Amino acid sequence: MTITIRSVEKKFGRYPALNKVDLEIADGELLALLGPSGSGKTTLLRTIAGLEFPDAGQVLFDGEDVTFASAAARRVGFVFQQYALFKHMTVAKNIAFGLDVRKGKDKPSKVEIARRVEDLLKLVELDGLGKRYPSQLSGGQRQRVALSRALAVQPSVLLLDEPFGALDATVRKSLRRELRRVHDATGVTTIFVTHDQEEALELADRVAILNKGEIEQIGTPDQVHDQPETAFVCGFVGEANCFEGQVSGGRFSAGPLGLPASGVREGSATAYVRPHDFVLDDGGFEVRVDRAHVQGALTTVNATAADGRHIEISASRAEATRFQGTVKIAARKAHVYAA
Amino acid sequence: MWRARILDDDQTMTADTAVRRSSAPPPRQPGKRPLFRRRSAIPGFGLTMGVTLTVLSLIVLIPLSAVVLKAAHQSPADFWAVATSQRSMAAYRLTFGAAFVAAVINGVFGVLTAWALVRYDFPGKTMVNALVDLPFALPTAVAGIALATLYAPTGWVGQFLTPLGIKAAYNPVGVTIALIFIGLPFVVRTIEPVLRDAAEDVEEAAASLGANRIDTILRIVLPALAPAWLTGFAMAFARGVGEYGSVIFIAGNMPYKSEIAPLLIIIQLEQFEYARAATIAVVMLAVSFTMLLVINAIQAWARRFD
Repeated sequence: MTITIRSVEKKFGRYPALNKVDLEIADGELLALLGPSGSGKTTLLRTIAGLEFPDAGQVLFDGEDVTFASAAARRVGFVFQQYALFKHMTVAKNIAFGLDVRKGKDKPSKVEIARRVEDLLKLVELDGLGKRYPSQLSGGQRQRVALSRALAVQPSVLLLDEPFGALDATVRKSLRRELRRVHDATGVTTIFVTHDQEEALELADRVAILNKGEIEQIGTPDQVHDQPETAFVCGFVGEANCFEGQVSGGRFSAGPLGLPASGVREGSATAYVRPHDFVLDDGGFEVRVDRAHVQGALTTVNATAADGRHIEISASRAEATRFQGTVKIAARKAHVYAA
Repeated sequence: MWRARILDDDQTMTADTAVRRSSAPPPRQPGKRPLFRRRSAIPGFGLTMGVTLTVLSLIVLIPLSAVVLKAAHQSPADFWAVATSQRSMAAYRLTFGAAFVAAVINGVFGVLTAWALVRYDFPGKTMVNALVDLPFALPTAVAGIALATLYAPTGWVGQFLTPLGIKAAYNPVGVTIALIFIGLPFVVRTIEPVLRDAAEDVEEAAASLGANRIDTILRIVLPALAPAWLTGFAMAFARGVGEYGSVIFIAGNMPYKSEIAPLLIIIQLEQFEYARAATIAVVMLAVSFTMLLVINAIQAWARRFD
């Protein structure tokens, strides 16, 4: 199902949550809505779900206007951050709920429902737990139940609101892979909200980055990471050293750091340099190494420049021994934005 | 390489424990384990349990045993005769029947009241909130007299009921009305916090799965309230069984018809028939206790998902 968002606006009181948002989601796509808290990402997701209604603008499903259709009528699968399981029902009853409440001809037979529940439990690797109550499951298992409950109604689109937010790191990682697998197996258009950039970059086909109710950039994980279009995206996605400085004559300078900045407006500007874009270079500027520690395959170096700026450098593990005392470094790549 | 290091670690550890073993005093042998108690980070079991048992004994157990002892003064045949006399039986039927009906009615309206108080904002909400608690505070006789005056055939409300053929005072209906008044806050106040804590996202989940509003309420919201509802119901029922002050003014107090068991006890007392009074009390005690046990069991079952 293709989903089109057309200049959607939503205010809570006087506080604008969404400000003329346009977005197009292709059929079968896995899209991440990434942004800090208060950026409007959850509001956008809930607007698509029909749990929130926009003040202006349109929501189209396959070209059909559903802006004011109820959540029930849209046939979306929604997975909540806190699972929102029906705690007085067994896991199997939870999953069956969406089919159970159908009326008349639409309602599948009991046997059919039981079979579907079994299939879904297998899909999320919870077979055999159908008779348990949610309180008897771990957080990760509960979220899997929530996922299969949403999938049971064969939704036209699957929406997940910070689905892994309440889980610990290991479970989160395995559930991420699981979501990707379920998405690839079912082919359902999927949108998930997250404030965790790693999650968005790892999992999604495309990432939409929101800030203050507006979409700053939308693109593949590589695009948003390597070619950030705005200063916000550059600072939010991936690690970056931030330098406030001046652009004049096509060059950016901030203290000891000088960078080519062709095409950037003259005057004050901000430059972002990824930690892995700093390299040892005899033609560069001097920094004092405060601490170099090895983390897996990488060396993370905390250094201080001559003017007191703190700089983070990321190098290969083999280079760890070279970061000692005072070294000379240069930026091989940078993003410069006029202020 | 790392294997060697782990071995190394192991050795130091053994050495370390060996040293500790030789120099440190042997661990204190724990005394005999108390029967019910587990070692816990929250102390105070002995103190709280002791105070609880003492107070329960002084306030509840000893007086109730006295009632049973008093009733035991007569022969079993006498006891049985008083306990099952027609007048007593009619009084039990009325007391337990009216308390049950009132608790059921309160069960319905209490949920609605709690729902309105939790889910909506409206002008005068604080007033309504305070009104709900009023039956707790009001002297029950005042409530009884007010209700009797209102629902009497010539009263403000009664005058409209009389043409409809409804008699709402001086009969079992009147008793039930008084008990509804007395029991309402129990249901409202037990349901309210549970309803407030019920997460909205659960209802949204139901809606997103295609459930309409009625399905959502009947299959999601109310079942989740069931344990709290049963608590409220049990409390309203228990209160209704024991209620005296408000009922006697509206009941009419006709033996065999509108005489409640607590009143029958008072009547026996006034005639110095202490054993008879104690007999009826013992029967009420037994029935109430059994019913509360059953309700508790149902409640445990309703909480099976917690």
